[in-house]
Amino acid sequence: MSFQRILAYTVRHLYLYKRSMPRLMEVFYWPVLDLLVWGFVTLYLSRQSGAVPQFVTFFLGALILWDILFRSQQGISVSFLEDIWSRNLLNIFVSPMSAVEYVLSLLFLSIIKLLLTSTVMVTLAWFLYHFNIFTIGFALVPLILNLVVMGWAVGIVTTALILRFGQEAEVLAWGVALLFQPVSAVFYPVAVLPWFLRAVANYVPAAHVFEGMRMVIEGQAFPARELAWATGLNVFYIIFSVLFFYWNFKVVKRKGLLAKVGE
Amino acid sequence: MKSIVEVRGLTKVFNKYKKAVDGISFDMYEGEILGLIGPNGAGKTTTLQMLLGLTTPTGGEIKIFGLDINKDREEILRQVNFSSSYISLPYSLTVEENLTVFSRLYGVKNYKDRITELLRTFEIEDIRRLPTRRLSSGQITRVCLCKALLNSPRVLFLDEPTASLDPDIADKTRHLLKKIRGEQGLAILYTSHNMKEMEEMCDRVIFMDKGRIIAMGDPDSIMREWKGRNLEEVFLKIARPGER
Repeated sequence: MSFQRILAYTVRHLYLYKRSMPRLMEVFYWPVLDLLVWGFVTLYLSRQSGAVPQFVTFFLGALILWDILFRSQQGISVSFLEDIWSRNLLNIFVSPMSAVEYVLSLLFLSIIKLLLTSTVMVTLAWFLYHFNIFTIGFALVPLILNLVVMGWAVGIVTTALILRFGQEAEVLAWGVALLFQPVSAVFYPVAVLPWFLRAVANYVPAAHVFEGMRMVIEGQAFPARELAWATGLNVFYIIFSVLFFYWNFKVVKRKGLLAKVGE
Repeated sequence: MKSIVEVRGLTKVFNKYKKAVDGISFDMYEGEILGLIGPNGAGKTTTLQMLLGLTTPTGGEIKIFGLDINKDREEILRQVNFSSSYISLPYSLTVEENLTVFSRLYGVKNYKDRITELLRTFEIEDIRRLPTRRLSSGQITRVCLCKALLNSPRVLFLDEPTASLDPDIADKTRHLLKKIRGEQGLAILYTSHNMKEMEEMCDRVIFMDKGRIIAMGDPDSIMREWKGRNLEEVFLKIARPGER
């Protein structure tokens, strides 16, 4: 394992963000737009009679945390797509960089992108809506960590599928995380879901995270049970995703598809 | 001459029945330019991919510097490089940034000096700070060749390296590659559909057809053996067996 190679590949993407306005927009534009539109909608609804207490806190907290999951997934899959779009993938895979180093550098990249996006969103939420996400307190750390790890697991699986099925599967990079949104109970409690979706939500780490977030905002005790569930599921999913990627990488090499994806 | 690439009984079967490469064996020697020729679907690309560790062989053995590509991948790839006219480099990065990234991936020491030296060699120093997207295809090819030489490889795999170059630059590139081969003892595996170029460049050529090696040797002896005035005629005889 070479930290120098991991860093070199990370630098390759940082150069890209320095030079490409569309890529920079991808990090800031959509999250900021989300926050503006849904933030003002939330503000409006919270002023109506019969609004749920702490509606703004619930909604904006959920919006920012969901974006953390989404961006951590995209930090992996879109960075991988960058190499396909620029026909650079083969250059990477004929270099001494191993598949493990490649995945680790994607994780590293996703953290950097996440920090940039989150900083902007948190600052803007405080500035526009006087919403301070840090009022969630210490619980915020494990909540965020669990969302990041789930985003990574989804991102690694998505990347493996794109590797296997080529650019036709690139739509997954934008769509797969959203598939989990209804059962993640981001903006509503799990109890609202019909029984069969509640059953699914039990196995989605994000659902436990958002339940935990709501418990903290309501002033209940530290959501240890929800976090234990989320962590346990995430450990399983991240191991599964890495094994899935490794297995797919072997299949792709056996089928001679690696060069086709990269050209 | 010392053999640095040994291929024995290399086979690749896709979908259980489609034999892309059928038990080929050959050696590549230090300082040699070896050409890989054949009609489309002959198995050249699959062979190249297996040599680079991009495709797993179904059978046979590949040894580079005496090491197994599937077991000692990192050790081998540090001393090997590849360029193809079918791949590129990230468009938004400047030439210098791209070469810096790959220098670090290959662990090149004093990489700034090395980049300058290569850009000068390929006469593209003036585009150093330009984003790759603003380059012509000929310039991109030359930047890719700079990338392929960054780590001073002992073995270089070149897939149609002059395909997008104008005759002047293509000629200069061929001379440069021959010069570098002479200076560094670099072994080059070269593929091209330009038979004149193969005659000019290669010490030996391997003719492949339907996954098998049909002929192997220096271009003159192959032309004699196949009764062709040049490699193009030999190529046509191999590609059109009914007209032999």
